[in-house]
Amino acid sequence: MIRVRQTEVLVIGGGPAGLSAALEAASLGCQVTLVDGDLALGGQLIKQTHKFFGSKVERAGTRGFKISEILLKELENHGDRVKVHINCTATGIYKEDGVVSCVIGEEEYFRIKPERIVMATGAQERLIPFPNNHLPGVYGAGAVQTLMNVYGVIPGKRVLMVGAGNIGLIVSYQLIQAGVEIAGIVEAMDKVGGYWVHAAKVRRLGVPIFLRHTIKEALGDRVVTGALIQEIDDRFQPVGREKKIDADIICMAVGLTPTCELLWQAGCEMIYVPQLCGHVALRDQFMRTSLPHVWVAGDAAGIEEATAAMVEGRIAGLDAARSLGKGDKEDLTERLEDLQKRLGDLRGGEVGQKICQGLACCSIQGWGA
Amino acid sequence: MDEKEKLFNSGVLVAPRKGAVRPPEDLWRRKKNGLVIIECPQRIPCNPCHTSCPTGAVKPFKDINDQPEIDYEKCTGCANCVAVCPGLACFVVDLTWGDEDQALMKIPYEMLPIPSEGEIVECLDREGKAITRGKVIKVLEPLRDRTRVVHVEVPKSLVMEVRAIKVVKQS
Repeated sequence: MIRVRQTEVLVIGGGPAGLSAALEAASLGCQVTLVDGDLALGGQLIKQTHKFFGSKVERAGTRGFKISEILLKELENHGDRVKVHINCTATGIYKEDGVVSCVIGEEEYFRIKPERIVMATGAQERLIPFPNNHLPGVYGAGAVQTLMNVYGVIPGKRVLMVGAGNIGLIVSYQLIQAGVEIAGIVEAMDKVGGYWVHAAKVRRLGVPIFLRHTIKEALGDRVVTGALIQEIDDRFQPVGREKKIDADIICMAVGLTPTCELLWQAGCEMIYVPQLCGHVALRDQFMRTSLPHVWVAGDAAGIEEATAAMVEGRIAGLDAARSLGKGDKEDLTERLEDLQKRLGDLRGGEVGQKICQGLACCSIQGWGA
Repeated sequence: MDEKEKLFNSGVLVAPRKGAVRPPEDLWRRKKNGLVIIECPQRIPCNPCHTSCPTGAVKPFKDINDQPEIDYEKCTGCANCVAVCPGLACFVVDLTWGDEDQALMKIPYEMLPIPSEGEIVECLDREGKAITRGKVIKVLEPLRDRTRVVHVEVPKSLVMEVRAIKVVKQS
């Protein structure tokens, strides 16, 4: 019988939200265990070479991977209070006894019984189907970023990007920085979905953005050699002539969906919210789910962006610690209110409107006693 | 949706609008060291242009999502905002610089290779078209964070067109 480990707060996922949650819980004196399936902490932050938006307190103007370095340094300062397992997947959560099972690599297995859990499992990429999308050369944007920005490998010579949300725009910019040509960006909507300034950055480098277009099929015999794209109408029906685009890479950046398997398994009340891009857990204003010992933060709570994920993580970490009786009550109330205000501010822009609509569908004003 | 709106929706400024205004002509013509042009027309949660401005020329934001507003009397053309802006949306134009028909632009640059002083580079418009060539006067890295601010000499008539530079491959 394997001994069941104990921890006060288990944080699942070491991206921006999870790191922030772990930091706050540890700062209040909690014993924290942080598990992450990747080979390094930081989540998607480590691939973000662009400067972040926001305000000074959110480190606006700092590049994403630098923010990750700052958070990791802060984590080190907490010493033994935070136990980190990388290359470690939380594989299951058991309602019967509250035990979470984890696997490090493929061999080492352990069980842990946390008093509190923060789910910061992030997101998965969506893909859209089209003929020949099995050909080598069709990539998700996350894979392209991993290749380029983690391993220093360029994926190809000429890329067709599908999707003009922030990820499609940013990855296009990064590809140009790496010396890769962008044949164009295809976007189904009639305007870019990401920040206008990100679009302006790639437009002035000569990248065409095909609004109201979709990819019809990938071309190529054994590998991608191009793609057919076509204009679409209001009802997303193809109109006009197909255009042939030469490219050896088709990069899909058509959105993310929250990673929510563990939340389902735990038994959290879930709801489908299109504006948050999938199924999400109902949560109160402190990110606590319908289960009194489980919190959620970051993209797992609804697709947004990293700055908001970090604030959500801090809220979840503080509130989880508070529920264990840590910290000074008044001080915590003040800090949480401040974080909530910052989150509200971050969501006040054009892109934030959609998020707020989505949150209205899954937010609970306190779970009661 | 007309062509202009479509172009704007793809990230190309087609006319001045809130958050993307032209400096006042009179002041601009005589202001040594130049004035900033910010092209940030969408409400997004971001304010480093204000917090990095040493003179308060980029006015305080009531809401962090506000588009930047500029008090041009206070702008000194220092280009701090050019270096810090995550959207690379700030440019400084100095109309007092050099010969009668020339101007100096301070443009953010995050590509490789880095141009050297005196080098002739291509100057691109908002759609990436090479519309002129210009001489690089200075290359700075004010925040030591790999965003360069390139000072480049361009014809005065093109300062509202040029928005990027491209290093021409040496043969």
